[in-house]
Amino acid sequence: MPVEFVKEKYNGAINTIEIGNGAKCVKIGGETTLPFLFEEGAMPNQPVIALEVLDTESPDQAIACGGRLLCVRLASIHPDNGNRPADEVIASLGLIFKKCGLPLIIVGCGDAEKDNEVLPKVSQAFKGENFLFGIATQNNYKTLAATCLADGHSIVAESPIDINIAKQLNILITDMGFDPARIVMHPTTTSLGYGMEYVYSIMERGRLAAFLGDKMLSMPFVLFVGQEVWKTKEAKDSIAQGVNWEIATAVSMLQAGGDLIIMRDPAAAKSVMKYIEMVMKK
Amino acid sequence: MALSGLDIYKLLPKTNCKECGFATCLAFAMALAQKKVSLDKCPKVTATAREALESASQPPIKLVTIGKGEDKLEIGNETVMYRHEQKFFHPAGIGCLVEDTLSDNELTARVAKINALTFERVGQKIGVSLICIKNSSGDKTKFVNAVKKVASGSNLNLALYSGNPEAVKESLTIIKDRRPLIICADKAKTDDLARLAKEFSAPLAITAASLDEAAELTDKVKKLGVDEIMIDLKTDDVSKRIQDFTFMRRLALKKNFRLLGYPVLAFTGSNTPDLELAEAVSYVAKYAGLVIVKNIEKEFIFPLLVVRQDIYQDPQKPVQVEPKIYEIGKVTKDSPVLVTTNFSITYFTVACEVESSKVPTYIICCDSEGMSVLTAWAAEKFTAEKIANLLKTSGITEMVGHRKIVIPGYVSVLSGKLEEVSGWKVAVGPREASGIPNYLRSYK
Ligand code: SF4
Repeated sequence: MPVEFVKEKYNGAINTIEIGNGAKCVKIGGETTLPFLFEEGAMPNQPVIALEVLDTESPDQAIACGGRLLCVRLASIHPDNGNRPADEVIASLGLIFKKCGLPLIIVGCGDAEKDNEVLPKVSQAFKGENFLFGIATQNNYKTLAATCLADGHSIVAESPIDINIAKQLNILITDMGFDPARIVMHPTTTSLGYGMEYVYSIMERGRLAAFLGDKMLSMPFVLFVGQEVWKTKEAKDSIAQGVNWEIATAVSMLQAGGDLIIMRDPAAAKSVMKYIEMVMKK
Repeated sequence: MALSGLDIYKLLPKTNCKECGFATCLAFAMALAQKKVSLDKCPKVTATAREALESASQPPIKLVTIGKGEDKLEIGNETVMYRHEQKFFHPAGIGCLVEDTLSDNELTARVAKINALTFERVGQKIGVSLICIKNSSGDKTKFVNAVKKVASGSNLNLALYSGNPEAVKESLTIIKDRRPLIICADKAKTDDLARLAKEFSAPLAITAASLDEAAELTDKVKKLGVDEIMIDLKTDDVSKRIQDFTFMRRLALKKNFRLLGYPVLAFTGSNTPDLELAEAVSYVAKYAGLVIVKNIEKEFIFPLLVVRQDIYQDPQKPVQVEPKIYEIGKVTKDSPVLVTTNFSITYFTVACEVESSKVPTYIICCDSEGMSVLTAWAAEKFTAEKIANLLKTSGITEMVGHRKIVIPGYVSVLSGKLEEVSGWKVAVGPREASGIPNYLRSYK
């Protein structure tokens, strides 16, 4: 009995963002369908897993994992966590970059004042490398957006599980002259079991709006899964369970439309990379 | 999918004979669409029209019940593609595979391990729903023995996975009051198994290689008198399966396509636990009604169950805990008092950090309608007045000798006002719950 399918065809598409230069350049986004529905649209770039390291950590284990991007969190610049000055951070980042040879995602410490002081200097030091910098929020985006614009980097725009704020922030940043195709959205990350479903649904709603033509929601999604998962009791209780917790959260986020997933545990990251290979095989 | 008045009108005799009490067939059709009258009022309606109308009033995805009693598994009857449109109603079952090739000891041990897979999380009990016994041996006696052993060793719902009608029949005779799911492992035996499903009034899962074939088989099985049907698609390709599950749900919901309007069943195909987990999570997120897994380790099943809990959470109703005083540890008159909201995730995160601090502590949950601290504060559900009122009415004044309360760091702005209206001293705690153990250990 031949079944007549109902296929969803959308006019909109997610922006494609390039991170890095030359042969090492990584593309994310570009899809015209909800995740992995290859009979309805395309996912020209497969979702990317990037390991996260702190600026004071050795990146060796993360590099060995085989990701195509590396995320460095500048935790040490926080006033309560060492208050490390910009030039020291830039030196560490330089070493990490040299060692891994991968385009970097550089994320501040979360203290607005300190981030605004350090990130512009870091951005300048890597001018033209086409990195991804974060994190811009509704209350603190101007400094970072201006510096990324000047130095040719892309930016992570974060909203608090709120599709309207996500859109608003994208508008604010593009109003500064920023290319919309250089913005990656962070809808906020929550771990499995800690409100993950809110993020899941916000992403689905955003995606559907983008496919229906909303250009200010057509940015790829980044999720910082690792740092959220390893804060939970379930992960702290048992490493084996934590690894699975990270896998399950990452996969759920991929099923909701995640394009770039930042992870902490190398084993979990490798598993999710294998999963992506498996589902992308057509 | 509900029919419109006009759709119904087309099916009526269009004679305007008025016997239904309405002036015209159209008027009757309109009233019927609004469910104001019943179709019985029209004595002239043809049998075909009746059938069409009745089937349109059925839910687009059939509700299937496996098992009996309190812990029976009900799946299907879903109404939306995306959970934000309303919610997903019937949480997918997680089943564990038991093969009849295991030795008696292995089987007993495996069943005992599966029985233990229940957990408590955010105040809810969660656990696996079913054991699926697979006739991997191909042998009838082995299968029946395994079924006997599993049935006597576990109260979980059961599924019989075999292509041998005799083996299934004998098993059904033994466990008929458990109302197991029959999973047809051999397409050629679909008819025989359908007859058994009818005889024992058990639900039946058909196995098909494609959606075309699935529609053919459900049609056939339905005509043999089986109502509760599930669909298992045989493909090793995970994204193809997700695509097909999506097609099925969409056809059922948007086109009222009956032949695929049944819950789907998915066996994991991956051979390593990590990929199996990733695969199972994908099926839970994307429309499976029952996922059957091979791995039964606790640290594998628990996150999978929590994924299901998250995905099937009602988006309109955050899980809440009762707004009251909670005592963590052996509290005394001098124990610290923390206040937070009654969003369950907020409360359980705080409670778990307090526990790990080993400092006996009172936690007062303020009724914030299930919002987290910052959201509740922004929505004025977590205000100085509300907290002050709670301090007065909750009974905490009799439980402690001091008058000092700790509020979450995110709402430090409340402290001045709260001191003023409550008369309590206010201390500002950490922003993130993870800071609580350090905070409490040095708390004075
Ligand atoms: S009884 Fe039936 S045929 Fe007669 S008017 Fe009513 S709906 Fe029409």
